[in-house]
Amino acid sequence: MEEVPHLQSSKNHSQFLAFLRKEFRHVLRDRKTLLILFGLPIVQILIFGFALTNEVKNSKIIIVDYARDAASQQITNKIDASNYFEIEKSIIDYKQIDAAFKKGEIKMAIVFPENFNEELLHTNATQLQVIVDASDPNTANTLTNYITSILYDYEAAQNKTLSIPYRIIPETKFLYNPQLKGAPNFVPGVMALVLMLVCVMMTAISIVKEKETGTMEILLVSPFRPILVIFSKAVPYLLLSLINVTIIILLSVFVLDIPVNGSVILLFAESTLFIITCLSLGILISIKTNSQQIAMLISLMGMLLPTILFSGFMFPIENMPWPLQMISNAIPAKWYYIIVKSIMIKGLGFLSVWKETLVLFGITLFFLIVSLKSFKIRLA
Amino acid sequence: MEEGVIKTDKLTKKFGDFVAADSLSFEVGKGEIFGFLGANGAGKTTAMRMLCGLSKPSSGKATIAGFDVYKQTEQIKKNIGYMSQKFSLYEDLTVTENIRFFAGIYGLTDQQIKTKSEALIDRLGLQNETKKLVADLPLGWKQKLSFSVAVIHQPKIVFLDEPTGGVDPVTRRQFWELIYEQAEKGMTIFVTTHYMDEAEYCKRISIMVDGKIEALDTPHNLKEHYNAKSMDEVFLQLARSAKRSDS
Repeated sequence: MEEVPHLQSSKNHSQFLAFLRKEFRHVLRDRKTLLILFGLPIVQILIFGFALTNEVKNSKIIIVDYARDAASQQITNKIDASNYFEIEKSIIDYKQIDAAFKKGEIKMAIVFPENFNEELLHTNATQLQVIVDASDPNTANTLTNYITSILYDYEAAQNKTLSIPYRIIPETKFLYNPQLKGAPNFVPGVMALVLMLVCVMMTAISIVKEKETGTMEILLVSPFRPILVIFSKAVPYLLLSLINVTIIILLSVFVLDIPVNGSVILLFAESTLFIITCLSLGILISIKTNSQQIAMLISLMGMLLPTILFSGFMFPIENMPWPLQMISNAIPAKWYYIIVKSIMIKGLGFLSVWKETLVLFGITLFFLIVSLKSFKIRLA
Repeated sequence: MEEGVIKTDKLTKKFGDFVAADSLSFEVGKGEIFGFLGANGAGKTTAMRMLCGLSKPSSGKATIAGFDVYKQTEQIKKNIGYMSQKFSLYEDLTVTENIRFFAGIYGLTDQQIKTKSEALIDRLGLQNETKKLVADLPLGWKQKLSFSVAVIHQPKIVFLDEPTGGVDPVTRRQFWELIYEQAEKGMTIFVTTHYMDEAEYCKRISIMVDGKIEALDTPHNLKEHYNAKSMDEVFLQLARSAKRSDS
């Protein structure tokens, strides 16, 4: 042809840019979808962070303090200081407790016996009574756990200064999340969900849409390389997803008070890997389907549902029978969830998540190769 | 006839046992407007897709602008334009954005894109609509724009797959004026249609029945040969023998 060979690459370059410009226009012009894309993570984070937590806040309790000594006072102060309890009143009359429970005024009552501190000092062991409204067993359980951890906390503080340790109540440990916040686990889960939704569904739909409207034929008849069609479809969603990850992280840090304990750069690198996994899944779906509805259905039922079920953020995988555990291994979101949890909440480094990263990388490579291979240049 | 821009020799496409296009042999010259007629399911689209490099022939030979349909699809793509029966612009992009995009993927330079799109907009009288979304244009305008975009890179051949579906004869006539303009400049036009008034506009016509080309001549000669008053009658005589159901 007439073209000078060295001009070819710059020409390809500008063709690609023309295509990218078009893709961004498609995405940015569709305001409703855009609103959903950016609104979704915000709403999900806020819902999971505030509404859908299994933690119980500001439960009203009564403290009956017969001891009125240093130890009982300190423990009372600790309870008062926590977010989980709100001391309704401190009374001395035991009978009032029953009345308060019956009226539903309180969820819990704590009774310090006489000589609470004295017994603790002399025998290093003591008892206190915890009465819980167990009409809602889950709440009762949670509240008991809170109290247990507060007492444990108190013991731990005291034991530092004592040669013979105190013993009040059996210990319960809350690793990585000493404040027992309910939200941290949801953040990585929501991240996986949102990325899955944006990348898989949106990419699939945007490619299938071109098939449906017939523009794909025009593109395939043009000298534009088919593989670049796919790449330029993926780029806007890659960027959108990274913005979404940023929004989620900012929300969790500044609104939910969940800091990123590990490396932010590592978190973004792993997220990019997962985004590429999702994009290749989206591309694969778009190749195998011919209508937007089917693409959407497959993305939702085939991708989103397993993500919710098997990523481990709603239902613990350890409790599943082994066939389901095996299935969960094939779900990319499971690995991403583990990775994000490790980096964000446990503050671990790459050395602790390299295995999961490798698995995720393998899954990504597999889907990428399969989808690129099945993308036909000729339509028939 | 001038040297053939499209040459096929026993070009065949099978889908399993089904022979969609059966031994098609014909030649189309430079600047010729070649009509490709046939009932639905006769194999028009299959044939056209093979010529565009969208579909691989099962057997037979074909060259497009001198390039082989088996091996040189990349070169073919640079030399053809294509407008599909499905409307082929982006509805959510404006007129200008569509023109720029298609010119862009055909590798036109910024300067070329600028002059070409200005000329195109002037020719179509779309000066006041450039910032409108294509979705808001009437169908006839969309089709004219779609054709103009399909030939923006001045291809040697343009393939039009039922380009004027759904518009009235007056709008079709306007569309054909655009086609004539390009043909006069030497562009070969390969057009499928099932509107008989459109068939009359073509220089030569081939009529496909059940995957085979049953007739190929000028509209005038065809009418004489079949002793028919109009192309409609010619078509009906041939189509009556069709065994394939309308699909």
